[in-house]
Amino acid sequence: MFAGVARQAAAGLRILLLMTVVCGLLYPLLIWGIARTAFPGRADGSLLRVDGRVVGSSLIGQEFTGPLWFHPRPGAYDPLATGGSDLGPDSGRLLAEVRLRRTAVARTEGVPADSVPADALTSSASGLDPHISPAYAHLQVTRVARARGLDAERVRELVDAHTTGRALGFLGQERVNVLELNAALAAAAG
Amino acid sequence: MPDAGAGLLGIGALLLLLALAHVPLGNHLARVYTSERHLGAERLVYRIARVDPRADQRWTAYALSLLAFSAVSALLLYALLRLQGVLPLAQGHDGMHPSGAFNTAVAFVSNTDWQWYAGENTLGPLVQMAGLAVQNVLSAAVGLSVAVALIRGFTRSRTDRLGNFWVDLVRGTVRVLLPLAVLAAVVLAACGVVQNFHAAREITTLGGGTQALTGGPVASQEAVKLLGSNGGGYYGANSAHPYENPTPFSNFFQIFLLLLIPSALPRAFGRMTGSPRHGLAVLAAMGVLWAAGLAAVTAAEAAHGGQVPQAVGAATEGKEWRFGVWDSALFAASTTGTSTGATDARHDSFTPLGGGALLAAMLLGEVAPGGVGAGLYGMLVLAMLAVFLAGLMVGRTPEYLGKKLRPKEITLLALYVLVMPVTVLAGTGLALGFPEPRATLLAGPPHGLSEALYAFASAANNNGSAFAGLGADTVFWQTGLGLAMLIGRYLPMVVVLGLAGSLAGQQHTPTGTGTLPAHTPLFTGLLVTVTVVVAGLTFFPVLALGPLAEGLR
Repeated sequence: MFAGVARQAAAGLRILLLMTVVCGLLYPLLIWGIARTAFPGRADGSLLRVDGRVVGSSLIGQEFTGPLWFHPRPGAYDPLATGGSDLGPDSGRLLAEVRLRRTAVARTEGVPADSVPADALTSSASGLDPHISPAYAHLQVTRVARARGLDAERVRELVDAHTTGRALGFLGQERVNVLELNAALAAAAG
Repeated sequence: MPDAGAGLLGIGALLLLLALAHVPLGNHLARVYTSERHLGAERLVYRIARVDPRADQRWTAYALSLLAFSAVSALLLYALLRLQGVLPLAQGHDGMHPSGAFNTAVAFVSNTDWQWYAGENTLGPLVQMAGLAVQNVLSAAVGLSVAVALIRGFTRSRTDRLGNFWVDLVRGTVRVLLPLAVLAAVVLAACGVVQNFHAAREITTLGGGTQALTGGPVASQEAVKLLGSNGGGYYGANSAHPYENPTPFSNFFQIFLLLLIPSALPRAFGRMTGSPRHGLAVLAAMGVLWAAGLAAVTAAEAAHGGQVPQAVGAATEGKEWRFGVWDSALFAASTTGTSTGATDARHDSFTPLGGGALLAAMLLGEVAPGGVGAGLYGMLVLAMLAVFLAGLMVGRTPEYLGKKLRPKEITLLALYVLVMPVTVLAGTGLALGFPEPRATLLAGPPHGLSEALYAFASAANNNGSAFAGLGADTVFWQTGLGLAMLIGRYLPMVVVLGLAGSLAGQQHTPTGTGTLPAHTPLFTGLLVTVTVVVAGLTFFPVLALGPLAEGLR
């Protein structure tokens, strides 16, 4: 019996080591080679450059504060500690946070509290959400335009230019990439 | 277009793609496990590993090979996790501590992929590729092999032989999982999933702050994570992370990948047993349960019950904006229905009834349509139970696919059905009974009960998704959930192999007038009812104390 188990385990170990080379080294290296050749920018992390300098990734949200920028959803935007709040739907702590955020956004943008959209009040699943809703972006136009000394209509055009619709017309949601919008905004403001 | 219209179109497109893949992939699977020919590469593997591919194993030998293989897999993975600090490509990460490494090794070998850690601050590319991703492929191949052995129990007669575990393992890897993974990984990379070997790179952000951009061979790992119903993310945020799942299309594609093999297996089953219409009846039962779960989750999330979603006006906490509520609900229902456990949204922040529906999907025993292999053999166990109950009603010896279900088979079925609930309920009871684990729950009752129940349901059903509202980095959770994963994976597998051995030994019984036809809507209805009743009777009390109490408050 014991010899049988040992023989099976030895055979298993040999197959495992072979498969580790095939599935664990050759397969990822093959995909690496294909991705680097066919989609080099994407394989590398969809980096966004401004004047030749990497300022982030188009896919990864960043924290923006202050009147000069469009603000993202609440979150830490730290790729070394990703995840959500994990607070439940009846969490008192989350409820208090949501109320504070509503008041804060309404004051910052100078709008009534009930016009603050859901994405401005809640954090994402990754803590890195690069997008906000077009509604939240348009809510911020007046403040950003005034702080930058730009025409509000010009800023609104920038928002529209950075609004993406649903993929194929039915997948996902309409959204605005905050980092790309802010980069375009900074370029427009000179 | 309104959200509901877009969401329904997405579901329709998903079903269309799965339907297109169903027959060719199902036929391919049937060919893989019945063909007499060995590929050149496979013969090379057998020669190097010194196994005889022609040896036909008894169920005991088949089970022994499977357990021995899983044991050495767990040991090697444990060693890699412990020794990371001295291995290349660690990128500054140390080895895991013993209880954490035990938990993670068991989680990936048992196809659960429960993760107490976050990849971005714990693991470098070598351990992720050569440790975790390897098990993502092999554990799925192991699951397939058990399903195939059970099918052989029906197709063979008067023999004590079930096939060769090593051949089934190697074929599942070389002919099914790896080729699909290569195609899937390329599509994901085209969507923007990263594939590189960079350590975290510090950059100065547009606003003048700093941010560390992470890298890793993510596309290759992502593909097998979903195809093999594994679910372990490269990063802590799993499929919510934009580097794992960057676009609405990649999200849709990921849902397709995680349903692909489980939904094609009933076709392979029908073809191998010579009754494709019965395979379709089994698939229909899986589909009905999946659709019911999806409808419940989506309705609950769209109605945004609970104090926070009500205050906000939508259930957007813990959801990515690019996916939205409908696509997140579709992902969540599919990942819990397949034992995948990948998440593109935080399940702990779902509405009370939405989170409850996800929990219920797992407590059904992961058969809607279940994990790769495990979903099919789980559903066939329930099908035999359904035939047995129908037989009781008319007072006949029940038969299923020409095999009699005698007391020995019924005993094994009962044992199978009991393993998971005992593990889940005993584990949850222990977690709530001891002060130390109770203190790690994020919420008080009733949500805290849901958190503990979800953790053990996820572990014992080898799902691996987390309600996450508990501090899982403690010795209690790591050991307790590790044991739940082991029991929930291997005890049912051994029972199924024993069942297959017993069935294979029988002669085929010709179909008589008293045989319950196994390809009718009546059969599908019976199967769905039995699945719901078995799980309902077991878990209703604890669900009433957790998510139902919360949802009705």
